[in-house]
Amino acid sequence: MTEFLAACVVAGTPLAFATVGELITEKSGNMNLGVEGMMLMGAVMGFLAGLSTSSPVIAVCAAAAAGAGGALFYGILTVSLKANQVVCGLTLTIFGTGFAKFVGEPLMGSSAPSEITGFFGKIAIPLLGDIPVIGPVFFRQDMFVYLSYIICVLAAVYMYKTRIGLNLKALGENTAAADASGVNVTLYKYAHILIGGALCGLGGAYLSLVRMPIWQEDIVNGRGWIAVALVIFVGWNPIKGFFGAALFGGLSILGLRLQAMGFNVSQYLVDMIPYIATILIVIFSTYKKKKESQPPADLSNNYFREER
Amino acid sequence: MEQNLAIEMESISKIFGDLKANDNVNLSVRQGEVHALLGENGAGKSTLMNMLAGIYTPDSGVIKINGKEARFASPKDSIAMGIGMIHQHFKLVDVMTAKENIIIGRKQSFFVKGKALSKSIKELSDRYGLDVDPDKKVYDMSVGEKQTLEIIKVLYRGAKILIMDEPTAVLTPQEINKLFRVIRNMKQQGCSIVIITHKLNEVMEISDRVTVLRKGKSVGTVVTKDVKVPALIELMVGRKIDLSIERKTFDRKKTLLKVDEVTVTDKDGKEALSGVSFDLSSHEILGVAGVAGSGQKELCEVIAGLARATGGRIYFEDENILGRSPRDIIKMGIRMGFIPEDRLGMGLVGGMDIVHNIVLKDYQNQPGILLKRGPCVEKAKKIVEELDIQTPSIYTPVKKLSGGNVQKVLLGREIDSSPKVLITAYAVRGLDIGASYKIYDLLSEQKEKGVGILFVGEDLDVLLELCDRVMVLCHGRVTGIVDSDKVTKEDIGLLMTGEEKEEVGA
Amino acid sequence: MDFIRITKRSDLPRSKEIIITILAVAMSIVFAGIILAVFGLNPFEIFREIIMGSVGTEMRIKQTIVKAVPLIITSMGIIVAFKMKFWNIGAEGQITMGALGAAWVAINLHGTLPQPALLLLMMAAAAICGGIWAFIPAVFKAKLGTNETIFTLMLNYVAIKFVTYLQYGPWRDPGAKGFPRIETFSQDAVLPSLGGVHTGWIIAVLATVFVYFFMKSTKLGYEIAVVGESIETARYAGMNISKIIIAAMLISGGLCGITGMIQASAVEKTLVYGIANNYGFTAIITAWLSKLKAGYALLVCVAFAMLMQGGDYIQIAMGVSSTVSDIVQGLILFFILGSEFFLRYKVHLGRAVEKEVA
Repeated sequence: MTEFLAACVVAGTPLAFATVGELITEKSGNMNLGVEGMMLMGAVMGFLAGLSTSSPVIAVCAAAAAGAGGALFYGILTVSLKANQVVCGLTLTIFGTGFAKFVGEPLMGSSAPSEITGFFGKIAIPLLGDIPVIGPVFFRQDMFVYLSYIICVLAAVYMYKTRIGLNLKALGENTAAADASGVNVTLYKYAHILIGGALCGLGGAYLSLVRMPIWQEDIVNGRGWIAVALVIFVGWNPIKGFFGAALFGGLSILGLRLQAMGFNVSQYLVDMIPYIATILIVIFSTYKKKKESQPPADLSNNYFREER
Repeated sequence: MEQNLAIEMESISKIFGDLKANDNVNLSVRQGEVHALLGENGAGKSTLMNMLAGIYTPDSGVIKINGKEARFASPKDSIAMGIGMIHQHFKLVDVMTAKENIIIGRKQSFFVKGKALSKSIKELSDRYGLDVDPDKKVYDMSVGEKQTLEIIKVLYRGAKILIMDEPTAVLTPQEINKLFRVIRNMKQQGCSIVIITHKLNEVMEISDRVTVLRKGKSVGTVVTKDVKVPALIELMVGRKIDLSIERKTFDRKKTLLKVDEVTVTDKDGKEALSGVSFDLSSHEILGVAGVAGSGQKELCEVIAGLARATGGRIYFEDENILGRSPRDIIKMGIRMGFIPEDRLGMGLVGGMDIVHNIVLKDYQNQPGILLKRGPCVEKAKKIVEELDIQTPSIYTPVKKLSGGNVQKVLLGREIDSSPKVLITAYAVRGLDIGASYKIYDLLSEQKEKGVGILFVGEDLDVLLELCDRVMVLCHGRVTGIVDSDKVTKEDIGLLMTGEEKEEVGA
Repeated sequence: MDFIRITKRSDLPRSKEIIITILAVAMSIVFAGIILAVFGLNPFEIFREIIMGSVGTEMRIKQTIVKAVPLIITSMGIIVAFKMKFWNIGAEGQITMGALGAAWVAINLHGTLPQPALLLLMMAAAAICGGIWAFIPAVFKAKLGTNETIFTLMLNYVAIKFVTYLQYGPWRDPGAKGFPRIETFSQDAVLPSLGGVHTGWIIAVLATVFVYFFMKSTKLGYEIAVVGESIETARYAGMNISKIIIAAMLISGGLCGITGMIQASAVEKTLVYGIANNYGFTAIITAWLSKLKAGYALLVCVAFAMLMQGGDYIQIAMGVSSTVSDIVQGLILFFILGSEFFLRYKVHLGRAVEKEVA
């Protein structure tokens, strides 16, 4: 059982990155449906950089930069040029998918160098790793997983405890009010869209560098969309985001596990669960009107100061 | 006697699309004075002040603050110059507490320090005689509390120049008095205050000097105590006008609408209307007064079939229409017109032309699945001509028309169906004086024809002049139905807050 | 400070609108050319081959039409939903479910009916299945106000996973030598050709005409437009909003479902889980770029189909990955989406000219 929980955390890691990334983006009032595209861009550029330099650090940075690069397109279009967010996000997904296929075509089938797979091997954290159950589940993982813990906690502290986080919340809830209060709307939006994109890129890189370090075209396989759904599922809370990611990650491996245990369940049917769960969440969230777990009120609305 | 100037705005112009909102406007405000900016709706008052707040950028002109030329690239620059604006539509974040709202956009410590903040807010509000609970969420606040919060927010930023855009529009006479005390208080502390308004009595009461804008131009600045109201009106409107409304009285009335113990709950489960009862007769205008959000919207909508009631009865002549949808009401052959508060959001389709907006009321009774526009084209032409609607053509999207013309399209369509009862919510909001009086005339004309009119209004003077009786709502209850001839504005003001006195200022 | 100022435009003459759009396309091609050059490809050659590959010969034109058909019909479905501001991004799933419905009819009823009847029945089944897939989020939106964006999006994956399950599980063709695939349709379940292209193109033209007249001249079309502009106004006018939302989504999903039937019947000749092939997403963009106007959408879809076909061609002819066209496509989209800004806003460079009165 602990072994399965640990596998859930691993399967949830790419989702955790992407979820926190999208969550931060949405907090700034922008819904970026390009997560799938940014993850793919991060996955392929991370892999390419890793393959050519064998440096895990460069690979990770390249992935983050690629994700942020994709997000930059989206940011220019929606923030500066005020184009429709849904359409721009979808376009980014189409573009990112094409980009990853294009760059990845010559890489097809090659595997990440051993320096990288070695670097991202499991490392037990002293003391913490020895705690029963919690130790093996959370603290005998690879560096990338630990990075996801740090990012989720940092994101929570940032959003709930700092002044910038407060401004960010104001921006997403009421852009005009934040602007009138002296928050630099353009800067904040760009910064958080780019950070969000970088995190999505990291999520993609986890897949191509650690999870299945052989390049394949459909490596992200809809996880970007699950991340978009997870943001709603966890009510825009990054800590819940981490556990939500682990939960949905667990669902994605549940079918195979059950088959291994002799249950005759199709993985493809189990694969439907996260999506159906999200639908149920969306339906229930229409019922319960807890103000704190609602979407930012100004989500998807582009802001033009001189609007009358 | 030369006083230092806090604000100088010289030949400011601002164009929106085809509209010259400000055309070479000049304004100077002395340090430590209360300066009223007077003008009709659409005269460009808010535009001018939004440029001072850094929201809009002027197309041309110079702004000087305390004698130094200033350029505002964003509201941030304006705040840094000690300018604070309290917008007509409050710029507050609903899901945040008062204190969180106060520190948005401030550069201070990296982490939010809640306790120290509450303390400094307390000190500040005591100094100016303001009262706010730092930990209360904005969505739990009344309109008055939100305004207080906006004032504290601006003061917390150390603003020395305060701009208030129509601050009294949503307040009761008593709350207005309180606000004016605060304004005088701020003046004593050395603040300069610009107050935007179109209400003359307020100008006379609170301001030291007044600048009048008309159609985007500044037409003059005068010292308040040297000027009389009629002169101000003439400056504001550009001609002498008679601001009296002729009210005829009729006998032989018959009851058209009987509202009996109607209760409506809003979507948060609170009672928006509690046991409201009244009658409306033919040849009558019944006014509805009350602080914004006292149930006026729900009252109109429940009669029109748009809101669900949890109890009560509404008789139209002798039929109970409560619980009927607008379509049922149309199908029952009941002729009732409704001019909702949000014209482009509810009464009309902004993106569609006049013809298609007339189709809206008409198409339900057409047979078949196809849409017939023909008869509506004729109607559109007729309404445009009769009500003198200024529009390039009947195929112009209504959202491109001015506020007065939009209202005429809506009113024209509703009158065209020759209703027996007409419900109007804030029928003149956003209209200039000429257009407003045109609307009053149209309503009086309908009354003469025997229509019973429910007139939800905000200007108490107008309510008392235009309406035969006035019903006052407070927190969804009727606190009184009075004869217009027998009461004063202050009496109505008391009824508006009447019942819930202990809550005022909480 | 304020070197760049932005103001809103009131109205722009049609001619200027067209110029800006053409400029945007031109810039995107230049930009794409630069990217291609960076990757060591000759952009001129690639662009020429993309055009030649899409319209160079009669055969290639037919191929382009085959690719345009699903885009057109799906765009029409999306236009109906988007006009109502119902953000149906579930076309992908509606196509998949439509194909599923058609496949069930094709596999179970072939040989029992004359071909036209079978095909019509397949189409009806597809429209119903696609319609149901759109009906579910529509009901929740209408009755509870549930957010449709995520709902329709998630249903895409439910549909695709379900078909994957069928393809690998219960519907797997035992005669396919171990390949996980569903049995090929018999000949009477395949759409016949007309003019060298399967008859789907006729359906696409009909769908365009239908949506054009539906939105312009029917009461329901008018109601959909009013609901899209303002739900409150629709309520005020006594419209039955739930009914309108559901009816519109049945039409929207039904059209998408028909796309699925055409793809399964005429292109794949069976049901595969990837039957929707991203047409559902691409069609959102084509619908949007055509400003939700049926006539424009037809043109935009054909242009997109040319890019797709051209991309396939250069892969075969030049050995250059077909994904080049995906990138070009993405870039063109970015530029056109960005160019809309210049239709709505005016940019002033430099400080405002101040009138000096001497």
